[in-house]
Amino acid sequence: MSPLLEAHEITKRYGSVQANDAVTLSLNGGEVHALLGENGAGKSTLSKVLYGFIRPDSGRVLVDGKVADLRSPHEARVMGIGMVFQNFMLIPALSVTENIGLFLTNLPYVVRRDAVEGRIRLHAERLGLRVDLRAPVRQLSVGDQQKVEILKLLLADARVLILDEPTKVLAPHEVEELFEVFEALKAEGYAILFITHKLREVIACADRITVMRQGRVTGELPGVLADAETLVNMMFGDKHPSARAEVERPAPHGPAGKPVLELHAAGTRATGSETALRDIDLKIMEQEIVGVAGVSGSGQKELGDLILGLRPLATGRRFFLDADASGWSVRRTRESGVAFIPEDCLAMAAVPGLSVRENLVLGSGRRYHRGVAIDWSALEHRMADSFRALGFPVPRLDSPIGGLSGGNLQRAVIAREMAHGPRLVVALYATRGLDVRSAASVRDLLKKTRDAGAGVLLISEDLEELAEMSDRLLVMFGGALVGEFRRNAWRAEEVGHLMTGSRRSVHVG
Amino acid sequence: MTTSLFVGVFAGAILSGTSLLYATLGETIVERGGIVNLGLEGVLLVGASVGFAVTVATKSAWLGVAAAAIGGGLTNLLFGWLVIVRKANQLASGLAIMFFGVGASALIGGPYVGAVIAGLPKWRPSFLAALSWVKPTTLFNYDILVWCVVPIAVLVWWILFQTRWGLALRAAGESPTAVFASGRNPAVFQLQGLLVGGVLGGLGGAHLSLSLTLTWAEGMTAGRGFIAIALVIFSKWHPIRAIAGALIFGGAEALQLQLQARGAEISPFLLDMIPYVLTLLVLLAWGGAGRLAAPASLGRTFYGSE
Amino acid sequence: MSAERSIQGCRSFPVLRLSARYAGVAAIVLVVFAGVLLLAGKDPIKAYADTFRYSLANFYGFSELLVRMTPLILTAVAVAIPSRLGLINVGGEGQLFMGAWAATAAALLLPWLPVWILLPVVTVLGFAGGAFWAAIPGILRARKLVNETIATLLLNYVAPLIVSYFIFGPWRSAESSAYPQSPAFPEAARLPSLFNTRINFGLFIALTVLLAYWFLMEKTRWGVDMRSIGGNAEAAQRLGIPVATYVVVALAIGGGIAGLAGMEEVSGIHHHLTQGLSPGYGFTGFLIAWLAGGRPLGMLLMTFLFAVLISAGDILQISQGLPYSVVNILLAMILFVVLNRNFGGRWSK
Repeated sequence: MSPLLEAHEITKRYGSVQANDAVTLSLNGGEVHALLGENGAGKSTLSKVLYGFIRPDSGRVLVDGKVADLRSPHEARVMGIGMVFQNFMLIPALSVTENIGLFLTNLPYVVRRDAVEGRIRLHAERLGLRVDLRAPVRQLSVGDQQKVEILKLLLADARVLILDEPTKVLAPHEVEELFEVFEALKAEGYAILFITHKLREVIACADRITVMRQGRVTGELPGVLADAETLVNMMFGDKHPSARAEVERPAPHGPAGKPVLELHAAGTRATGSETALRDIDLKIMEQEIVGVAGVSGSGQKELGDLILGLRPLATGRRFFLDADASGWSVRRTRESGVAFIPEDCLAMAAVPGLSVRENLVLGSGRRYHRGVAIDWSALEHRMADSFRALGFPVPRLDSPIGGLSGGNLQRAVIAREMAHGPRLVVALYATRGLDVRSAASVRDLLKKTRDAGAGVLLISEDLEELAEMSDRLLVMFGGALVGEFRRNAWRAEEVGHLMTGSRRSVHVG
Repeated sequence: MTTSLFVGVFAGAILSGTSLLYATLGETIVERGGIVNLGLEGVLLVGASVGFAVTVATKSAWLGVAAAAIGGGLTNLLFGWLVIVRKANQLASGLAIMFFGVGASALIGGPYVGAVIAGLPKWRPSFLAALSWVKPTTLFNYDILVWCVVPIAVLVWWILFQTRWGLALRAAGESPTAVFASGRNPAVFQLQGLLVGGVLGGLGGAHLSLSLTLTWAEGMTAGRGFIAIALVIFSKWHPIRAIAGALIFGGAEALQLQLQARGAEISPFLLDMIPYVLTLLVLLAWGGAGRLAAPASLGRTFYGSE
Repeated sequence: MSAERSIQGCRSFPVLRLSARYAGVAAIVLVVFAGVLLLAGKDPIKAYADTFRYSLANFYGFSELLVRMTPLILTAVAVAIPSRLGLINVGGEGQLFMGAWAATAAALLLPWLPVWILLPVVTVLGFAGGAFWAAIPGILRARKLVNETIATLLLNYVAPLIVSYFIFGPWRSAESSAYPQSPAFPEAARLPSLFNTRINFGLFIALTVLLAYWFLMEKTRWGVDMRSIGGNAEAAQRLGIPVATYVVVALAIGGGIAGLAGMEEVSGIHHHLTQGLSPGYGFTGFLIAWLAGGRPLGMLLMTFLFAVLISAGDILQISQGLPYSVVNILLAMILFVVLNRNFGGRWSK
């Protein structure tokens, strides 16, 4: 029986980058095939080719053994290929039924809700994809939203399901649930292409594994024969990055000195899709990195905004370096030494349309204001020093900020934030989406900042990163702190359950 | 005295509110698709002037209504061409349509200022015939546009929420990318929504000149288009709630007319302010909650796939 | 791209390319107007010749152009300042009327004051009236209650009603009954005029305001803050800019400037408070600011162009019997053509 989907010698080049180089892969029905590789290995390019988003320079895609010229995702869907993206293609305000209905190919003109729900339930029951169909999608957890995406594909008669980094946003036990769904799908003959960079998951659930590195296939093997060592070799060749999971965790770093930030019984109000914070008691000392784990929507963003002064306290108090900062504006908070490094610098920390120089002064409070005008030369001096101290190249200050690449933009933001010796650095998903090297350098910077005496609040979804970095780890769920651990005193499973609210709160050490 | 005031206001509210409701329903459809048409005022004016002109010229109010509907539809399509096909900024385009409506309606209606028409015939259903002794005689004695407006509101609700087309339109207003990913072109639905919305707007304008006032005067809509836009927000983009909103605002206008007719000592100008101030107060009260109910992609220009 | 440029400011923009772009718009405008005239059955060549003869080649005609430009410059700046924050102020009409009303109040209630006190008071009150009228939508927007576009639009309808109430009521002039208006302004409250023309001191005020606008946006620290809000309001807030305060202040200042236009009209031109103060100055100012992308020099050029058009409307009404509404169609046509070419779109949303 021919494979459901095959990629044959797929090649694609973007300028000087060889995204895919003669990649060959085949997917059979009833199996989970993992596509493993680091960021930039070429996995997403391949998946885009298989889904009809882009055309390869050369090579062919075969469906059921016959050559298929996929010119659009629509054609791919017609051939039974479905894809679940990292960013869900769901409409938050509409119900689950409506979202799925929109993607049905044979929806009648007059939509009978019961009929559609019946069709959905048929699949949902069999495959363990139970979801509240009437609820608007925005009320669903991320795990449930992913189930809706899968249901969408199934009802559109997909036989091949491509999932791009599906476990990135899931808590550990939700990952277990997903793997159970995989088993059910396999039993019904569906083919699953599971794209990821997480070794342990691949070893846990894949029937076959293809490993990619720098655009090429570097290995292919059945799941039973796979172990971490072999896979790591295939993924990285001879150069292992500082394999974060393998390196011995450093000895616990004792915080010294005074608290930089304190929250006493802090609470905030929330509107719409925000999460209200409840009764937060938090202390960040000098020379320590406090990590915060939690599934998205647990209140981490709100916590960061509260500390920054962006969100007002509804209850409780906030202290910064022993001063009552409960009523401080963002401006005053920042001028007192709070820095903020977000994930999406262009959206959250920079103003497009203004020059680099203007962006640098905007984040510096009133430091460079002289009467009516701005002391540009003092600013430029200070900023140049900051760039140099961090080892970054100094950008052209008069150029529009939109002209900087993503990496250079983040470097500029970091240089600005560090320029005035912050006492507290709030990093909100700062390494999300970065390649390995950039992420590592951001982590090094945070460690150096900690060593120099500042406090760091590291909000992250990457448990491995949190394990490496956190002197103390906090866990958030539903707007409250449900766990606190010293370094090395916790395990991923435990934290995962706290993150999803399936255990009561734990405070260790 | 107060009962007759109340009855007068109630009867007047239905009369006044009809044109508002048509305009609101039209704009609701358009905004559910993600487009804001600030030029609704212009669409109403085009409807009113075209309807009046054709009625005078052909001596048939029915033809006038039909012409108004067509005029409104075409004006909205012009707007749609600007914002969807040419991807122009929606707010500026809306104001352009408003200018266009003000100017074009003046040109179209100009020759007919002062003309006298019989207007749309009114009737009262037989089971309510007993009410003919009640003052004002307008109570439940309405023209066809009034009788049809509530059924049309229900029809709009049904189309938006129970049909495939309505689902695609609402999805286009929330996330054009998702619609695109589902194999449809959101622009098609938005344009169709604009056409239907324009027809309804034209009917709203027609009701003003062909039934309510039986005249044409430049700028006679006096901001009803903007009140309708506020009503869309007030009713949280829901056609059935719009009925209540139109009644309330129609009631405000009717109240001012009734008070003037009774020789109240209040300056007509102060009374004229009521609808606008009321709109503002209502929007204020609705506050942030209203914004959350808006279609997520309202006002944004969609630049095509990936 | 043009949005970036306009927020960025005039600093790095080559003058030559700028003039070419405005020349292009002017050409479009003139061609479209000719088309509209043709459609209305008039002779565009004769129309343009008349316009040239009466408004450009003629000293008094030219002075009338400057008279027209004065309120337009002010209403354009009234739109431009909030627009740099991403705010849309379409309430110029209403703010103009409230400025006129407040100026009239000062003139009628304090007629005994000497001119060097009364005139400044009238001016300040004109500003205050418009500022108050725009501060209301400003506060509503800052608290995220009501979109300022709708709020300013609605208030546009209320302001003329307030003025009418006073003209027909407490301020009814006992004298002329041809059309209702307030009593005449005392001499001390009138803006002085130039020679024998209707050009008044308001022109000087308008040009100063335009210059101050440029200076504010390009050279001061508040300008950087305001442009940052227009560029990315969320980031600006995170960086410590007090966005809510700036929203109210920017709209209030814009409204105040439109109020100055109202003051200028009653104090310098009409010398009475009347109903027909504004033939759409507020909306025209919006168009000017939008077409010029908020750039001061462009606004000056566009104002000149529109002043020519409005004068042409007047002249043509006299000489060719065209209704004034043609000007509205013309404005719409210009917008259509310009929007069609995707030019000057400053608000990306």
